Amino acid sequence: MVVVLQFAIGLVFGVGLVISGMSDPAKVLNFLDLAAIGAGAWDPSLAFVMAGAVAVTFVGFAVVLKRPRPLFAETFHLPTRRELDLRIVSGPVIFGVGWGLAGFCPGPAFTALGFGSGAAALFVAAMLAGMLLARWLANRPALSAIATPMDQFES
Amino acid sequence: MVNAATTFTPVASLAGGALIGAAAVMLMAVTGRVAGVSGIAMRLFPPYADRELAGRVVFVAGLVAAPAVVLVATGRLPALTIQGNPLILVVAGFLAGFGSVWGNGRTSGHGVCGLARLSLRSLVATVSFMAAAMATVFVARHLG
Repeated sequence: MVVVLQFAIGLVFGVGLVISGMSDPAKVLNFLDLAAIGAGAWDPSLAFVMAGAVAVTFVGFAVVLKRPRPLFAETFHLPTRRELDLRIVSGPVIFGVGWGLAGFCPGPAFTALGFGSGAAALFVAAMLAGMLLARWLANRPALSAIATPMDQFES
Repeated sequence: MVNAATTFTPVASLAGGALIGAAAVMLMAVTGRVAGVSGIAMRLFPPYADRELAGRVVFVAGLVAAPAVVLVATGRLPALTIQGNPLILVVAGFLAGFGSVWGNGRTSGHGVCGLARLSLRSLVATVSFMAAAMATVFVARHLG
């Protein structure tokens, strides 16, 4: 039952990505291209995607987290990390360069796979390799001095 | 590189964003977990810290199946314009994957779930990746 629900949730997430235009890298890049504002080619749609998603999540989380526990789990797994470290800036900056190069982030890359895009398959394969390398590196004891351990519940 | 023009779609984008938010809320209600696609995708691979692999597999399968559902429901698919040669796609994918895990998530984990929880960490992360992505696009499009 819970597996059926999780498929449905992935589907809703994906349909949201497709309808919103986030699944199209050209739209993402045209949002990120602030220099296009002057040329009239800027596409602010992505800000509306973020606004819609954050607004619904803000209200929805407030309702859901009042419940004693999730429907199919013992407890809510919420990130507990509060401190700001090097990784909370360096990770997003590295990600941002990749995002800006292709216009893909992980969710839309998966929906683009569903378009039958070979370019998306290439991107996803490289993305998974990058993720696994980052996880391996983050768990090296030698790096613990400069990087905090991964947060199980974040991301 | 010729940049594909796109149309400003405030209504569709707001509605699609609301669906993304609804999915994040439902995932929290059902599994008690934050809907970060990068974390879910990374945990498709061993070592497994819990027994929720099947749920992650079907969540990603739902993402992949979504365009087909949109096609069946509306009779058409929106544009998908991928620019850049294979080498750029591989480099971009690697950096996006590495950075998302190295920073404990990003667009959906921090940008949506984190901001909705008013997390300072998530705000710092979101501002960082937005700034880096905008700088990258500027260099690639206007200085290249």
